[in-house]
Parts: sequence; C-alpha cells; structure tokens
Amino acid sequence: MDAVNWALEVEAAAIRFGGVQALAGVSFLIAPCEMAGLIGPNGAGKTTLLRIIAGVLSPDSGRVVLSGIDVTRWPTARRVRHGLALTHQIVRPFRSMTVLENVTLAAGHRLTANPFAALTRIARAAQEARAREILAKVGLAGEDSKPVTALPLGHLKRLELARALAVDPSLILLDEPLAGLNHNEAAKLVDLIAGINAGGITTILVEHNLAQVMRVCRRLLVLDQGRIIADAAPHEVMANPAVREAYLGPGREHAAA
Amino acid sequence: MSAYAYSVLAITGINVMLAVSLNMITGFCGQFSLGHAAFYGAGAYAAAFFAAAGSSVPVSLLAGVMVAGALGVIVGFASLRLRHDFLAVTTIGISFLFVGFVRKQPWLGAEMGISRIPSSGLGTQGNALLILACALATIAFSIYVNRSWMGFGFRAVGDDEDTARSIGISVSNYKLVAFTLGTAIAGLAGGLYAYFTQFIVPDSFGFLVSVMLMAMVVIGGTGSTLGVVAAAIILTLLPEIFRFINEYRLLIFGGLLILVMRFAPEGLAGLGRVAVGRAWTR
Repeated sequence: MDAVNWALEVEAAAIRFGGVQALAGVSFLIAPCEMAGLIGPNGAGKTTLLRIIAGVLSPDSGRVVLSGIDVTRWPTARRVRHGLALTHQIVRPFRSMTVLENVTLAAGHRLTANPFAALTRIARAAQEARAREILAKVGLAGEDSKPVTALPLGHLKRLELARALAVDPSLILLDEPLAGLNHNEAAKLVDLIAGINAGGITTILVEHNLAQVMRVCRRLLVLDQGRIIADAAPHEVMANPAVREAYLGPGREHAAA
Repeated sequence: MSAYAYSVLAITGINVMLAVSLNMITGFCGQFSLGHAAFYGAGAYAAAFFAAAGSSVPVSLLAGVMVAGALGVIVGFASLRLRHDFLAVTTIGISFLFVGFVRKQPWLGAEMGISRIPSSGLGTQGNALLILACALATIAFSIYVNRSWMGFGFRAVGDDEDTARSIGISVSNYKLVAFTLGTAIAGLAGGLYAYFTQFIVPDSFGFLVSVMLMAMVVIGGTGSTLGVVAAAIILTLLPEIFRFINEYRLLIFGGLLILVMRFAPEGLAGLGRVAVGRAWTR
C-alpha cells in the first residue's frame, strides 16, 4: 500500500469508440497541490481523458481514483461532491442567472446535494458572501448583479473558474481555459490559475497554448494517439524527439525551432 | 353565489392547480411536457374508482395523488434518457396512451366513464371552497419551492444540465422530484374534479387539455408562478364571460400562443415586469 494519498490516480484507462481506440491504457499519478499540464495534438484523446476523469464517460477498462477512493463508476455530480471541480472548454454559465447567482448556487453545493433537504432551506446570505469573496478573487468584483449574457468572453472564463472554485474542490480540471483569449487576457488568467494552485488546489490544465503552459506548469503530460508519450518537466518534454514528432509529424524534428 | 358561479370557481381553481403544477415541471425544471392531462386523468380515475368502491374522501383523493405521482415517476425516468423535443413527443404519446387505455377498460367504465361517484358530502359550495383552498395552497407551495434551494437547483437543471452536474447537482434526482411533485398535484386536481362533477369521461383528459395547460404556462410566462396563475384564470374565464368565444376557443388559444411567442416570449409575467419597471423609473 502506498503511503502517499495521491490527489488523482488514473490506472490503465482505456476506451474505444467504434473502431477507434481513443485511449489505449493511460496511467499517471498526480500528487496533492501539483500543477500539471496536459497537452497533445488534436485528436490525441485529451478531451476523452478529461471526460473519463470527470465521469462523463465510463472507461472500458482501468480505474480513476480520487484522493484514495475509486470513483470509476461514480456519476459526475458525486465526484464533484468528493472534491473534483471542472470547467468547460466552451463557457457554459447558467444563462437565466446573474453572475452572483451562478457562483452562489455552486457555493451552496452541500445544500443542493439532496433535493428534499434543499426544499427546507431558503437563506442564501452565507453562500452569497462566499460567492462575492470568490468573484473578487477572480477579478469579477462589481459584476455581481449583471446577467451573464452581458459579460465578455474573458469575464465568462473567469466566471467559469469562480463557479469551479465555489464547490470547494481539492482538484480542479481546466479544459482549455485560454481558448479564445488574447495574449494579455491569457497571461492574466494563467497567473490567476497559478495563484489558485499555490493556494493548495491540485490543478490539471489542458491547453493548446504551450507558451503559457510552459510558464506555470512544472510537469507536462503529453498525450498522443491515446497514450502518454512523455511525462516530465516542460523543458525535458520539449526536448523529447517523440513529442516533436507527435506535434510536427515524422522526420520533421529539425523544423522545430 | 349561484351554483353556476361556484362551478366556474371550481373549474378555475382546478385549472390553476394544473397549470401551476405543470409550470413546476416545465418552467422550473425545464422539462417540456405535453401530457399533463394524463396525470390529471389518472388522479381523477383513481379517486373516482376508490370513491365508487366506498373509500372516504381523503383516502380517494390520496389514491389520486399516489397513482398520478407514480405515473409521474415513470415518465420522469423516461425524461432522464430523453432530451427536450423527444421528451415532448413522448409526453404527447402518454396523453394519447392514457385516453386510449381508459376507453378500453370495462372496470373504468370504458367510453361511458365513471358516473356513480358518491358525493363528497360538502355540497357544491363546500367542494368549490375546498378546490379554492387547494389552489391557493398549490400557489403558495410553488412560490415557496421557487425560493428554496430546491427551486434554485431546478433552475440550474433547466438552464444547463452539464453545468448543473459540474457543481454537484444530481440532475436525475431533481428531474424525478419535479415530475413527482408536479404530477402528484395534477392527481389531486383530478380527484377534486371527480368529486366536484361526480361524473368523469375519458375525453375530459385528452391531448387538447394538455395543450391548453401548456398554453397557460407559456402565455403566463414560463417559470413565473403568478404569471401562470393569471393566464390560467384569464383563459378559463374568457370563454365563460364571452359565450361566443367558446366556439372559437382553440382558435383564440392558438392565436394568443403565437402572439406571445412573437411579441412577449416571457408571457404575462414579462409584460408585468416591463410595466412595473416603467412605473418605477417614472
């Protein structure tokens, strides 16, 4: 028995869609408070892996263990209540709600876990206070009462993060949080994510924006054709010929500058 | 008040209960149902059956609630696997299935319905007042639910199921609860209707009734309890006040629906908010 309680253990996760082996036995361990980047070319299986960790997909074989508990057969909502938070690649706020309501509802995740228990509770003040605190942390103070439809994309990305933080996670999965942001916005958001990680929340960052990932992650996992082809510090990963080949195609390593 | 006035009051109260309970399913939780009349009918038939067999009023009404609620749980399970438009089509099926089933059951009176429903012993006035009390309780309950954390959870499920899951909300549990609560209240309305008329036939619970109830929800403003109550009252009384409207009832409902969808998608509730907002800024 391992003495360390890993934040996340993925053991030989495999899944096949029709004739495509989307994941062919992926294994890795994430230590508590770690900040790991997950990268890979399009179609490598990043989103599939993320969905398996989140519980949207069930693997054909393999296990997902969160803080020492096997959650492989658990639905997403239950994993969230066990300390997992996730953000969607394409922002998906609750559109009928204000910014504050979006985060307040997430902050009340213990109240909403059981609908009948939720029926007996009305007061929202404590959750609203917590939501305001988180909104201030992600730089959305003062936007409380705006409908989410009035927010620009950069702010929606922050709201997505705020909602994820409001469920008091120990592990947060970020699916391409920088997609669609300009350089300045992306750099600020990455700094924010790094700050959140420094506050003790284990972070897995799935990103295409390599420059930003390299800046803040001390560990990079590279997925290609459903396998982990590299798992090391960023500069080592980038020097790895297999990674260059996956990104640039065979025989083209010299093209990478 | 005349017997006629009481009967109008009773039918209005029943329609309010039905529209408000449908609004819990469709407005609060986002589950589009075009089969609400089937649950209303299931409640009416169950209560009538028990009443005719000699059960007391509370027991018969409870039977209506239970049977409709149980049917609601089953349809709720179907909703877990179906997305919006497919759910709408399935619930249309439920509506036809119910009437088709009841019509062929000799023990439920088949085409002739159940006509020997014993009196509740409350008289026309008592029955109408009981219905009014139940309608007011339904309204109060609906407003309470919407303000509670359960209602907050319903809104999340109605807005975006995946996002709801990502904040730990068990979407399937919430949908099942919405269907169970909404259909159980429809069942109670059915039981009250059975005692009020003492005579029920399958066609009183057909697809057109389901559509009328959905029209009340949409015209009132999906999700707004008070808007839906207003629409239920107006759409029930309009044909009573203007007799000639009765002939053109479907035409007028259809026309109103189109107008609302085109010019005021948030229904009466939306128009009300605009009016209040203007008065406020003046």
